[in-house]
Amino acid sequence: MEPFSKIRSVATPLDKVNVDTDQIVPKQFLKLVQKTGFGQYLFYDWRYGTDGAPRKDFVLNDPAFRGSKILLAGNNFGCGSSREHAVWALLDFGFRAVISTSFADIFYNNCFKNGILPVRVDEKTLRMLFENRSEVEIDLEAQTVTSGEISAHFEIESHWKKVLLEGLDDIAATLRHGEEISRYENLHKDCDPRAS
Amino acid sequence: MAKTLFEKIWESHVVLDEGNGRSLLYVDRHLVHEVTSPQAFDGLRMNHRRVRRPDLTFATMDHNVPTDNRSLPIVDQTSGMQIRALERNCSEFGVRLFGMDSPDQGIVHVIGPELGITIPGSTIVCGDSHTSTHGAFGALAFGIGTSDVEHVLATQCIWMDKPETFEIRVEGRRRNPHAVTAKDIMLSIIRRIGTGGGTGTTFEYRGDAISELSMEQRMTICNMSIEGGARAGLVAPDEKTFDYLRGRRYLPEKFDDMVEYWRENLKTDGNAAFDRCFTIHVDDIAPQVSWGTNPAMTVDVTGRVPFPSEYAGGFPGEEKAAEKALQYMGLKPGTPITEIHVDRVFIGSCTNSRLEDLVEAAKVVRGRKVSQGVRAMVVPGSQHVKRQAEDLGLDRVFKDAGFEWRESGCSMCLGMNPDILASGERCASTSNRNFEGRQGTGGRTHLVSPVMAAAAAIAGHFVDVREMGLT
Repeated sequence: MEPFSKIRSVATPLDKVNVDTDQIVPKQFLKLVQKTGFGQYLFYDWRYGTDGAPRKDFVLNDPAFRGSKILLAGNNFGCGSSREHAVWALLDFGFRAVISTSFADIFYNNCFKNGILPVRVDEKTLRMLFENRSEVEIDLEAQTVTSGEISAHFEIESHWKKVLLEGLDDIAATLRHGEEISRYENLHKDCDPRAS
Repeated sequence: MAKTLFEKIWESHVVLDEGNGRSLLYVDRHLVHEVTSPQAFDGLRMNHRRVRRPDLTFATMDHNVPTDNRSLPIVDQTSGMQIRALERNCSEFGVRLFGMDSPDQGIVHVIGPELGITIPGSTIVCGDSHTSTHGAFGALAFGIGTSDVEHVLATQCIWMDKPETFEIRVEGRRRNPHAVTAKDIMLSIIRRIGTGGGTGTTFEYRGDAISELSMEQRMTICNMSIEGGARAGLVAPDEKTFDYLRGRRYLPEKFDDMVEYWRENLKTDGNAAFDRCFTIHVDDIAPQVSWGTNPAMTVDVTGRVPFPSEYAGGFPGEEKAAEKALQYMGLKPGTPITEIHVDRVFIGSCTNSRLEDLVEAAKVVRGRKVSQGVRAMVVPGSQHVKRQAEDLGLDRVFKDAGFEWRESGCSMCLGMNPDILASGERCASTSNRNFEGRQGTGGRTHLVSPVMAAAAAIAGHFVDVREMGLT
């Protein structure tokens, strides 16, 4: 996983609330067996018309935001299905951070597992970011979002911060606790299912 | 110290406590399906890792499987690829698989309880957000992403930030429990707390109106916890729970001893405090019908399609979302719900595809015919449910009325298999999500209970099933 420290880019404004993962990557594209190549399907049903042509009124098709690494979105972003494909699609498209007031729990976790930073800011800051079209800088070490006159601090769980800053493989880290896991297993054998 | 049920289960599964609210939890049961697992198994292969506890891992295929004739080859090549990948992965890593032709195949959240894989007091995860279903048994069960599927396969553990506790108190007595169902209770809760209302929490459903529910009805409630934003929802186990499970195949050897322990311990202590509380009285709730593109956009069947401002309650973002939802759904504000006509009816999904759901829906259908121009289908949740229903002759009831009677799977809940809506088609669906495009691009979903779906199939539009005299 690519470590994350500081990014600076224009922010793509997706001013909608309760964006669910079915919209981020629609179900017909969940059949791939790899993690790559999902960027082309990001927000597919909003991004393309029924004839397959890009819809001019959708923000991802606006040349002004080409190459953007930051997505701005309304509250409760990523609700619904647990599909990590949603995060793979954001990452593959080029996003490294999403800024909103709140995220659904499973989506929030999935972000960190793939090197995407979900940034929680208050409603007022979010509105200001939507209105302000200058570049946005996110500094993970300092936990700040800045853009023009706007400067806001954001909270992040310390372990997730470390995971992103260092690009850690958490399975390798957990496997170092093999002894503790085995000890737990030995104490709880009664719970195991019948082998039939 | 007094503890909630959630806290007891959490604490008994902590392998390591980091001291900052984050713990490494042991996973007692890991359920796996074809859509969210291929990349996880690939990760294991690339890193030369094995599945730590294949005996605690159970796989089935449900999302992609066609629900028509199983003896035919799968037409969709990419679906076929995912199904074959799961077969290969299970055989390579020694994981038990209930495959396409297994008599135990079914929707992962239907077969878990059915086979006794789900047990009280356990932790259960699956790469599927509706894993919350298993909370009906007093198990801490929640959905995870594919990276965590890989983590659990490799370590049998998962890192979790401890969620807050959220008591959902459900009080009172429904006047006609055959017409006002568990689905209506849950939709009533979601429309009041919102789709993000439970973010960061675990629900515990309590109160008389929960105790009186059957296990299958409790599963319907817990299933949709995620639609209220909570990853998990619990109901404390009771005699109904133990009776439901007794004799099922994969229960632990010492099940009877464990029941003694569960009976004493798996409940919230009298004076334990929850971080948050919400109370609903069910005496007067009506059958529910969703009108929009998330499950909180729901009204009583006796109501009308709301005006966006009325729905939004002063939140500009919600008002805009409601406008867009009405446009997508092709509905005008002020239209009575009972004047909305449907093209399709889907009875199925991990929310409402169990035997009781089919028994209740059949009562509405018996001796009647599906309205002209409506295509209706019943998709049992598992092969077991299908056989039980057929033993009761329910397949005949549905087929005689003009319903299609299908093989088990997720089917039209999420349109990853051939069962999808065409653009613009309107569907009364017993599933859990009415998101845009969920049942097919451009498809319009109205979430309802099985009896409401069945009644819509017969009438061709929504009707208040309380008027049907169901018993």
